[in-house]
Amino acid sequence: MKIHEYQAKELLAQFGAPVVPGIVASNVDEALSAFDRLGGQRAVLKAQIHAGGRGKGRFAGSDKPYGGVQLVQSRAECRDVAETMFRYPLVTRQTGPAGQPVRKVLVQEAVDIAREVYLGAVVDRGRGCPVLMACAEGGVEIEEVAARSPASILRVPFWPDRGLPPFQARRLAFELGFPGEQVGQAEQLIRALARLFIEKDCSLAEINPVVVTTDGRVLALDAKVNFDDNALFRHPEIEALRDVGEEDPREWRAKQAGLSYVSMTGNIGCLVNGAGLAMATMDIIKLHGGEPANFLDVGGGASQEQVTEGFRILLSDANVRAVLVNIFGGIMKCDVIAAAIIAAAKEVGFRVPLVVRLEGTNVELGRKLLAESGLNIIPATDLADAARKAVTAANATHPERAELSVGPRS
Amino acid sequence: MSILADKHTRVITQGMGKAGLFHSQQCRDYGTQIVGGVTPGKGGTVKDGFPIFHTVHEAVRNTGADASMVFVPPAAAADAILEAADAGIRLIIAITEGIPVLDMVRVVEQLRQRPEVRLVGPNCPGVITPGECKIGIMPGYIHRPGNVGIVSRSGTLTYEAVWQLTQLGLGQSTCVGLGGDPVNGTSFIDVLRMFQNDPQTEAIVLIGEIGGSQEEEAAAFIREYVTKPVVAFIAGRTAPPGKRMGHAGAIISGGTGTAASKIASLQAAGVVIAESPADLGKTVQRVLQERR
Repeated sequence: MKIHEYQAKELLAQFGAPVVPGIVASNVDEALSAFDRLGGQRAVLKAQIHAGGRGKGRFAGSDKPYGGVQLVQSRAECRDVAETMFRYPLVTRQTGPAGQPVRKVLVQEAVDIAREVYLGAVVDRGRGCPVLMACAEGGVEIEEVAARSPASILRVPFWPDRGLPPFQARRLAFELGFPGEQVGQAEQLIRALARLFIEKDCSLAEINPVVVTTDGRVLALDAKVNFDDNALFRHPEIEALRDVGEEDPREWRAKQAGLSYVSMTGNIGCLVNGAGLAMATMDIIKLHGGEPANFLDVGGGASQEQVTEGFRILLSDANVRAVLVNIFGGIMKCDVIAAAIIAAAKEVGFRVPLVVRLEGTNVELGRKLLAESGLNIIPATDLADAARKAVTAANATHPERAELSVGPRS
Repeated sequence: MSILADKHTRVITQGMGKAGLFHSQQCRDYGTQIVGGVTPGKGGTVKDGFPIFHTVHEAVRNTGADASMVFVPPAAAADAILEAADAGIRLIIAITEGIPVLDMVRVVEQLRQRPEVRLVGPNCPGVITPGECKIGIMPGYIHRPGNVGIVSRSGTLTYEAVWQLTQLGLGQSTCVGLGGDPVNGTSFIDVLRMFQNDPQTEAIVLIGEIGGSQEEEAAAFIREYVTKPVVAFIAGRTAPPGKRMGHAGAIISGGTGTAASKIASLQAAGVVIAESPADLGKTVQRVLQERR
């Protein structure tokens, strides 16, 4: 789960990290009053969306040259920028061409920066523990630094029950080259980040950059914190920070039905049981010249209601020209799944061809049910056959490719 | 021979709820010695012929169990794994999906002190040695005894591979599901080492997916130590970066964990890649024929 920058900074502050002072605004008036409270001279307005690349982003439909992170030097300018931010969607390299509407703007003190440093924490899968990463070069993409000069990134593993020992924070602060009077502040930031990571079950916590101001303060200027979805059950206070407006509507709907869905840009909707098989199904569609519209894992024991909701979500995507159901019935019996498909298909009403590949327990019974259902289902015998038929069906129903249509159902 | 489990393995089920009981019955029907179950508070009762105990220690004392299948819900699952290890269980198969990553970090750290304990999973289908012992949720009948070892991060995709092999008359020595979580008990390398040392296993199928660098590490190990033929499929070539694809561990982050990188590493180590998941069985058949 992701949260906004302003929420991440509030959390960091709760753990004792010094952050650049700022006030979050929900409309232009609040932004102006925040500007006044920060001294009324200048401020930085930061559009709060989850996608990255805000600084270089632009507001779609606006003729103003503003980015998603904008310095303002007067009240009038603050008003103009805030009006733009609240009115137009912000397009960045991560949002897609339509952009993301901005509902909150962080009005932040404009600090004079002497130096920028990177701090981050992730779970290192190879070591099987969290690792704190620090780099004297801040404000840039850490992946780029990792590719260019991996040795410049300092890595310190730490353990959930013991946390990051004070000496490690001190060592990092010195190795990052903080001078004596700043070491204490840097240590405080580092320890706060490690504590936040563990106590709130983060999957990523990043302060990029930590800045040293010209007046010698060490502060978190930007922050990004993601959480382990599996641990949200013990953090209702984190779940409460969720901004549903930032979630892909279909992905969010699927999540609430206990399904795992990811939007893609193709035209073949997929409904599969199991994550690995669902990925493999997308891959084989591509291998046969098609494009998957989504990833959808209905789980090992999907119920009829879940399958029905899965179909509804698939079909709510206007790009979908064919649907491929790929089920390997293990413990779940194929006849049960077939009944669920029939009920769901009748309830949802299919406007596109439906290719079904069933395999596993009670498969003959399942195939018989589908054949006798009277539904226009295209049965497939194996994985490759299913992919071929789905690609053919999607192309056939594609208006521009109608000439490629292969008439009879096989 | 086989790896991890055979007809002598004595298994208890931790978490004898609805799913735990159902799969215990399925495993018993397959021929596995399920010798009891653990549900705190229900000790002394019997569920469909399975004696239930309050604690794993009590179950081990009374049944001589040496393996455990964990169905305990996510919030308590990490503790259940540690309980099994403390009670002397040598093989712990954690089926539970949804355990917090930091809980698994704690578990894996503590299990490092106990090298005699093997944890498989969590979030995995389990382990099966066809014809002898099934500890997990996979459908037993799709398997047949034989000489192909399978190790995988996936569930149903593994069934797919097994089914293709079985239909071609190629049986399996043991099938191991590592699970889809980012931090888990057993890696590809652990299982590759076991298959390499297992006289019954003649060829190995490795099924990986996007996320992490386990497959790259496996490739380096294969290059050095594995002389048996290895066939691999990597799921998620079409997966977009930054999105979790069902499994908590299946995510491309910061440009690492892509299918392309894994495939390139494995190919460089002499592993035969099945381009299509539909060709896994045929690829193994071809590789075995070339070998003979």
